[in-house]
Amino acid sequence: QVKEWTVDAAAAYDIISSGINAEYGGLRCDGRRPQEMRKLKSELGVSEGPDGSAIVEQGYTKVLVSVFGPHECVNRNLRDHEKAIIRCSYNLASFGSGVRKKKMVSDKKSTEVGVMIQNTFEAAVMLDKFPKSQIDIYVQVLQGDGGERCVAINATTLALINAGIPMKDYVCACAATVYQDSVLLDINHLEESSRGPLFMLAVMPRTESIVQLQLDHRLHNDHLDKVVKETIQGCRNIQVLLDRQVKEWTVEAAAAYDIKPRV
Amino acid sequence: AVVSTQSTGSGGSMEVVRAPHKRTRVIASQDEDLEKHIVTPGDVITQNLDFMKSHGTTLGNGHISSTVAGAIHKVDKLVSVRSVSSRYRGEVGDIVVGRITEVQQKKWKVDCGSRLDCQLQLSSVYLPGNVLRRKNLNDELMMREYFSEGDLICAEVAEVGNLDGMLKIHMRTHEKYGKLPEGLLIKVPSVLIKRSKLHFHRLPCNATVILGSNGFVWVGPHFIPEQPIEAISMTLRETIARLGNVIRALAAYGVQLFDTIILTGYDISLKYKVKELLKPEVMEHIAQESYEHSQHQTL
Repeated sequence: QVKEWTVDAAAAYDIISSGINAEYGGLRCDGRRPQEMRKLKSELGVSEGPDGSAIVEQGYTKVLVSVFGPHECVNRNLRDHEKAIIRCSYNLASFGSGVRKKKMVSDKKSTEVGVMIQNTFEAAVMLDKFPKSQIDIYVQVLQGDGGERCVAINATTLALINAGIPMKDYVCACAATVYQDSVLLDINHLEESSRGPLFMLAVMPRTESIVQLQLDHRLHNDHLDKVVKETIQGCRNIQVLLDRQVKEWTVEAAAAYDIKPRV
Repeated sequence: AVVSTQSTGSGGSMEVVRAPHKRTRVIASQDEDLEKHIVTPGDVITQNLDFMKSHGTTLGNGHISSTVAGAIHKVDKLVSVRSVSSRYRGEVGDIVVGRITEVQQKKWKVDCGSRLDCQLQLSSVYLPGNVLRRKNLNDELMMREYFSEGDLICAEVAEVGNLDGMLKIHMRTHEKYGKLPEGLLIKVPSVLIKRSKLHFHRLPCNATVILGSNGFVWVGPHFIPEQPIEAISMTLRETIARLGNVIRALAAYGVQLFDTIILTGYDISLKYKVKELLKPEVMEHIAQESYEHSQHQTL
């Protein structure tokens, strides 16, 4: 029998609050400490068809991103003579959440997330190097357990690097919430369902510039500084792990394709 | 993961699911220092602003940083990063294989796997009968008779656009360039095709292989442009399919493609059936042996 997936907000809050009590050792419902992030696994070049592809898993959330481009912009109305355009399509697989998604047509939420990802990467990708071109990003959420938007952004960064599309820096995203004055990083689905604020940041870690900020529900002003500081640290942690994976892939590929450095 | 369902008749073994085959590189890294000079987007290359920055770099806050994942290249005062993966960037003189996407006024648009579609001007095309003359209005209206959308052509890069990098291609001589007849098109990473004198190879096994510098490889029967080809026999179809699978195997394992290594791979593949060549273990075996064979030959 399928367990009830969508939890009532109050019930979720109770579950979370019961977890972070001192009696339970100050741990969250999945056994993590407040600022502990989920286990991150990533892989580049998973599909042969697209120019670039990547899968990123954070905890049980798994997202596959395929990137095509830059290629000729087919739609004359959208073609820009000075820079490339980015088109992003975000899709949650029908098997990707607890309850099977019946509607196969893209809904408002998916379109909105797609536009958000497009805006994020318009700031990071060096678009003026490819006038009249188009870059297509296809995001497919294979498993959604909270933080799908963040994992999608992380996976898109890897896919763009895999495709060889120049970017100013990595774009890493992390979501956080606040419970009883402590910041919880990298929230899962259960924590998202509660009434607490849902704060997402996408940053370029080396330059520490914020590319995207999203807030759902209400966040008290007193908590803002703390949340921003912790989330940026979370993004930095993600960048270190992603960079490790990218360097491993680059070394292998450079050896295989005979690309020698010259210093 | 590879899932295959094969049943070899009654009482035969049934192969339902195969474990995933981890693709290992055939050519391993020989340089221990390679890791030190690999950079990723955002990595600082140098704080010294005397350097001139080239491909793959950008100017940050008082430093030069990388924008792609690749190897650092420093020549005198010029610093660039050679990206490990990118779309085909054409150079004048390259032979490319492309597919016509659009027929416009006085030119065709060709997809060569580069950042923008290539342009093929009507004025740089030979008319039937090996005639190169000034084209009139009648020729313009008949453009679709020569090449229409979906046709595969072989041409040479004449110009690279300064601002946007758009390639202009032309057909210089009649014998080699033109519309390609029925055959097989395989897309491989463009970095695997070495630039050499010959890209058009007539192999002894009755097939022709054209190694486009853009990574588009065409395998087909021997042909002379504009002349109709005779019906392709079953054995020739098998040869073409076999060559195609060998090229796919070599490309999958990152082996550089040129005519001798393809022929070596073809000879090694003869002990397998054509369809078996698509199995990952067989592909790895062919790539490994062909590469080793070619290394022995150069020594």
